[in-house]
Amino acid sequence: MSARGQKVQQARPNKNQLLAMYETMLLIRRVEETLMEVFSAGEIPGFLHVCLGQEAVPAAVAAHLSQDDYIGTTHRGHGHALAKGVDLNLFMAEIYGRANGYCLGRSGSMHLADAGHGVLGANGIVGGGIPITTGAAFACAYKHPGRVAVCFFGEGASSQGAFYESLNMAALWKLPVVYVCENNGWAEFTPQSVHMTVADVAQRARAAGVEAEVVSNDVLAIHQVAGRAIARARSGEGPFLLEVKCNRWHGHFVGDAQKYRGKEAVAQAMSDDCLARFEQELIGAKVLTAKKAKELDQEKREAVAQAVEFARSSPMPQPGDLAEGLYL
Amino acid sequence: MAEIRYILAVGQAMGEEMERDPDVLLLGEDVGAPGGSFGASRGLLERFGSRRVVDTPICEASFLSLAAGAAACGLRPIVEIMFMDFITVCMDGMVNQLAKMRYMFGNQYKLPVVVRTPAGGGLNAGPQHSQCLEAWFAHVPGLKVVMPATPADAKGLLKSAIRDDNPVLVVEHKALHAMKGEVPEGEHLVPIGEARVCRQGGDVTVVTAGRMVHEALAAAAELEAEGIGLEVIDLRSIQPWDKQTVFDSVAKTHRLVVAHEAVKAFGFGAEVAAAVGEELMDELDAPIGRVGAPFMPVPFSLEQAYLPGAVQIAQAARQAAQGGF
Ligand SMILES: Cc1ncc(C[n+]2csc(CCOP(=O)(O)OP(=O)(O)O)c2C)c(N)n1
Repeated sequence: MSARGQKVQQARPNKNQLLAMYETMLLIRRVEETLMEVFSAGEIPGFLHVCLGQEAVPAAVAAHLSQDDYIGTTHRGHGHALAKGVDLNLFMAEIYGRANGYCLGRSGSMHLADAGHGVLGANGIVGGGIPITTGAAFACAYKHPGRVAVCFFGEGASSQGAFYESLNMAALWKLPVVYVCENNGWAEFTPQSVHMTVADVAQRARAAGVEAEVVSNDVLAIHQVAGRAIARARSGEGPFLLEVKCNRWHGHFVGDAQKYRGKEAVAQAMSDDCLARFEQELIGAKVLTAKKAKELDQEKREAVAQAVEFARSSPMPQPGDLAEGLYL
Repeated sequence: MAEIRYILAVGQAMGEEMERDPDVLLLGEDVGAPGGSFGASRGLLERFGSRRVVDTPICEASFLSLAAGAAACGLRPIVEIMFMDFITVCMDGMVNQLAKMRYMFGNQYKLPVVVRTPAGGGLNAGPQHSQCLEAWFAHVPGLKVVMPATPADAKGLLKSAIRDDNPVLVVEHKALHAMKGEVPEGEHLVPIGEARVCRQGGDVTVVTAGRMVHEALAAAAELEAEGIGLEVIDLRSIQPWDKQTVFDSVAKTHRLVVAHEAVKAFGFGAEVAAAVGEELMDELDAPIGRVGAPFMPVPFSLEQAYLPGAVQIAQAARQAAQGGF
């Protein structure tokens, strides 16, 4: 139900849409696994944060977006960018810091952006992307009616002032923005209970006058609520916050030994496998066969391996080009 | 040419640019019906409506970043930060986001955001409403920083800033808001990065900006009687700053004083002095003089004893004129 009590019709995903979401999740899974490997092998410097275990969120939300809608994301943003449709080779080249990457090798994993697909950027500042994405929604309302902005962030970011400030403006001005909080229970090495008194980020959103709903890490549940929220936003009914309770399978960054988190807790987190569940559901519903799943998996593995080869063989930026374009 | 007040020139620039380009809009606290805390946007709400003259909640950090996001998606926002002191809550937006979004995303975005903010002392507004923090931002690659000293420049620099595709911080000195001066009507653009030699003189170069330009001119009038000729350079823009004009002048006078209202330590004058020391040492006939506020917050009481002005500039210039190595 929308704010005005009208029901926004939300069609259930058809077979092709279901398969597309499955493929997106599978792609994100294989990309992240591969990145963990090559990062651990020392091929990529810096920090790398993966979203393994959280693949359902980007796949389900982006299924409702078109190329000219905007998304803003975070340090854990590979999945969002991939779901929004960025080119896998250019994505990989950027993560490898190559001159032909999306950002000329200046952003790496943590600040990746692709203007062509409305990816406004990952952000190294927790919460920093929330007002920026709200600004994209402001521009949609002002200049690009019908477009929306989707803002991804974690529950840790919801303690930043920028979170409340942005939601307040979005509610005031009925901006076409959907806030998607991936609540994985951890902010770096600190569990939610240590940094928040409320159980749900949704409660914080409601306090700012933004409607909100909490769902589990289930791709179809996320798809349904996101669809309603995005349709509302497009039609000018204002912002919405969707909170997904999910699990971070691995450490905060690749290489984090997680001494603060017991083995059992990790095993329990990893038992929440949104991809495996969805695969079983699709097979059960005869949308997918085990054979087809294998083929798709092989296809994604090959695409990822090719992207890694592309990145490896791409040129490094030249020192002389480092300052190019700083000012227009 | 009409003689108008500085603050009116600011309003004129915004009105003309909003007329010219529908993507230009204004965001800030009290900018709508009240016309801004200092009156800069008076009349704009009536002309352009609340869609383009947007009263924000009191959340500078987020409406600044919101402007950055809106600019990346095709708008040209002007953001008013009521007092420069309040820009401290926007440091993430200014430094990590706005300044970096073009560079770190590999030149994919334009960030045409103008941040206008009144700065400086003289109103007995106390430690948290009187600061000059321009050097902080001049230190951040990706930002431009201008400091108009006259009503004509207030209009011409602001119009250029609004048309610039880079983020530009426009620092308006509060004590200048009421100042009257000739301002060209209509199209009047002052290029960002070009200094103005506002008085020629052969003995000492004084490099300054903002309110201190007028203090330097007062010092120059005083020293003329003593037979010392000051060449006063109004930088107008401190990032980028017009090295050539400064260097040409120093090559002529061989003596330099830098002056600003911000605390002397680490102010923009230090950068100018260092650049001259680095590249033009041979031309100098005397140590460089530096004028700035003492290293302390701006006090409520005895503000006039704190603020640097013509007296300090004259003193530094005299010393430079008489001194040698
Ligand atoms: C302003 C800021 N503070 C702290 C950090 C360090 N930091 C990086 S990620 C992170 C935790 C974020 O948690 P959450 O928002 O829940 O996202 P998650 O990592 O769980 O995806 C912290 C504290 C930062 N990058 N920026």
